[in-house]
Amino acid sequence: MTRGAAEWSSEPYFLNNVALGVCVVIGVLVFGAMFIAMFRFRKSRGAVAEKWSHNTTLEIVWTTIPVIILIVLAYLATGGLRTFADTTGSEMTVKVTGYQWKWRYDYVDYKGKAIDKVGFMSKLDRESDETRQLNSGLDPNAVKVDGYNTYLINVDKPLVVPVGTKIRFVITAGDVIHSWWVPALGWKMDAIPGIVNAAWTNIKEPGEYRGQCAELCGQDHGFMPIVVKAVPKAEFEQWLAEQQAQATQPAPAAPAAASTAPAPATAQASDAPVSQGHQG
Amino acid sequence: MAHAATHDHHDDHHGAPKNFFVRWCMSTNHKDIGTLYLVFSLLMFFIGGSFAMVIRAELFKPGMQLVQPYFFNEMTTMHALVMIFGAVMPAFVGLGNWMIPLMIGAPDMALPRMNNLSFWILPFAFALLLSTLFLPGGGPAGGWTMYPPLSLQGDSVAYVVFAVHLMGISSIMGAINIIATILNMRAPGMDLLKMPVFVWSWLITAFLLIAVMPVLAGAVTMLLTDKYFGTSFFNAAGGGDPVLFQHIFWFFGHPEVYIMILPAFGLVSEIIPTFARKPIFGYKAMVFAIASIAFLSFIVWAHHMFAVGLPLGGEIFFMYATMLIAVPTGVKVFNWVSTMWGGSMTFETPMLFAVAFVILFTIGGFSGLMLALAPADFQYHDSYFVVAHFHYVLVTGAIFAIIAATYYWLPKWTGHMYSETWGKIHFWNSVIWVNVLFFPQHFLGLAGMPRRIPDYNVAFANFNMISSIGGFLFGASQLIFLGVIVHAVWFSKKKAADRVWEGAKGLEWTVPSPAPYHTFDVPPVIHDDELAHGHVED
Repeated sequence: MTRGAAEWSSEPYFLNNVALGVCVVIGVLVFGAMFIAMFRFRKSRGAVAEKWSHNTTLEIVWTTIPVIILIVLAYLATGGLRTFADTTGSEMTVKVTGYQWKWRYDYVDYKGKAIDKVGFMSKLDRESDETRQLNSGLDPNAVKVDGYNTYLINVDKPLVVPVGTKIRFVITAGDVIHSWWVPALGWKMDAIPGIVNAAWTNIKEPGEYRGQCAELCGQDHGFMPIVVKAVPKAEFEQWLAEQQAQATQPAPAAPAAASTAPAPATAQASDAPVSQGHQG
Repeated sequence: MAHAATHDHHDDHHGAPKNFFVRWCMSTNHKDIGTLYLVFSLLMFFIGGSFAMVIRAELFKPGMQLVQPYFFNEMTTMHALVMIFGAVMPAFVGLGNWMIPLMIGAPDMALPRMNNLSFWILPFAFALLLSTLFLPGGGPAGGWTMYPPLSLQGDSVAYVVFAVHLMGISSIMGAINIIATILNMRAPGMDLLKMPVFVWSWLITAFLLIAVMPVLAGAVTMLLTDKYFGTSFFNAAGGGDPVLFQHIFWFFGHPEVYIMILPAFGLVSEIIPTFARKPIFGYKAMVFAIASIAFLSFIVWAHHMFAVGLPLGGEIFFMYATMLIAVPTGVKVFNWVSTMWGGSMTFETPMLFAVAFVILFTIGGFSGLMLALAPADFQYHDSYFVVAHFHYVLVTGAIFAIIAATYYWLPKWTGHMYSETWGKIHFWNSVIWVNVLFFPQHFLGLAGMPRRIPDYNVAFANFNMISSIGGFLFGASQLIFLGVIVHAVWFSKKKAADRVWEGAKGLEWTVPSPAPYHTFDVPPVIHDDELAHGHVED
């Protein structure tokens, strides 16, 4: 499991390692005893079966010791849950909406100020999409960005967020249930129509963090990746200002980004084939 | 003893009807119905297995080579439904049918006509379910969990719902029959605490079935009316709640998981003492552990839903309750090991599968403990780690126990010994390839591969290819199993003794091999030393 790149993402990583260690130790003891038994108490080695069939002291011991181990694990895990549930004190809010089969990101507020009209659809990049067609004849190994294979884990327009900022995500869906999962952030959260879930992150290092939809959502469930591009605060503020300027200017003034075809608000309805408008 | 009068080695089916249709379709005989269940289960095991082969073939390497994504989803959905409701559950009912009357000294099941009905519903249920693959619109593709709104987008909702209803009716009738048999039909002297652990495990499982199958029926009926009658149980736009379905489904679903493992615990608890030639360690603790696992199964359902946005209190409660299950499960594993300790062991095929069960099921239990830790589950959830976890408990758990039991009782059923050599070849192939198949899936999940996807980034390519190779060879190994069974039933020349295994104890070994068509017409006189648990102290 990845340690992740966010403030909280070390929690599952740490718990995973502790629990795995506990399991390995118990496993070595139990399986060790079993293998010793299998070699020592073979009929072919002249072993004669003993008659005893219980031992109360032993049974109490191996009921009590696991309970103690579990209490320790439960204590550690409860700490992680409590910090994850605390979404207070966030400096920024992003609304994530799952659709079949793409994500929509809307910037709700930043540093206490509401943001208007900054939001876009984010879907599988064209190169992956062409390669993944049945018998396309294209090689998944050839789908690369900067020498890094991005087959099925790249999008046309990533979610841009600042580092060192506690970001609150509000997560919902427009049609069926999806789940928003970026392993580097340390969690996934289901995107459910009619329900708004909250989660938070605070990314430490700039970079591109990739994930995928984690709840079966139909035929293209495997083809709606997530890319979170974390940038320094100043760069983010500049990007946000550009987006806001574009959104408030009249439409013809934004030809520069035409190649990546950002989805304007009007495109949303036609892009979502099965959206029946029963959101929220 | 009572059967001595009808003791006849040359007539396999003393008193069985000669007409094929009358014998098999109209049967009220627990042995014949048990055989029908087991044959049906084996057929479904291969059908469900062929779906798994399609899945592993498409996942063999990155890129889409064989099937469309929608068909891939149909395969994952059908694989689960067929394996759970068609292979594992009927196999346990078949083993229960065959063995419970023999183990408690009863002449038959308590309700023989209902027994016939509960089996003969199943072929129709699965014909209905499998026919959807050939209909316009295709089969169900929303996962076996049938989460709305996705599951309601399919055209096969009505077929699936009615098939599930039929399976549920069948299971409930089977469970009623087993409870009635165990509580009313025990031979005089067969006290509850002298019963074999397998009988105990089925008694408890049957109560679980009766408790939760109606809950599933209710959930899928609400799906049906949401789809066709305009209700909004799970439709947010109409004031419903998609998460409500998950709560109801998993209130059924988690006990269901234990319905598929508790009888396996019972089977292994019969086999290990036989080949260790030593009584089961802590008989009462074993029975209480099964009962407490069954109780806990009702209060842990939301651990399947840690990522739906439960409130903090809910997450903490379900996490603690889930972790508690590790205690009785640990007791069982420790007791199996203690049963082996100080024994005089031989390793025939049933014992090999039982030993593999203990080790590999425990590995599945370890990953289960890790999954119980909610913050870690935020990463594991819906990843291949989960796929690895439940295949360890279901394939190397439930199915290995069923295979072990088949080898264990096959000589009693057929009157012939199976080929020990081929049984061992089957075992070693199964145990090696099943680990090649499922162990790498832990790594895939930890590396971030979601489950139920038909294609993946090249970073996941190597482990997927290893897993697929293991899958193909594990699948092929099961053809050996089929061959061993066919050989033992029709071709084996080696007669089985009445007490097939040297260390075998219990009433089923006091009747001839093959077991005559009717046994225990007169209740047997029970000698405690003939029973596996005749001398339970304290």
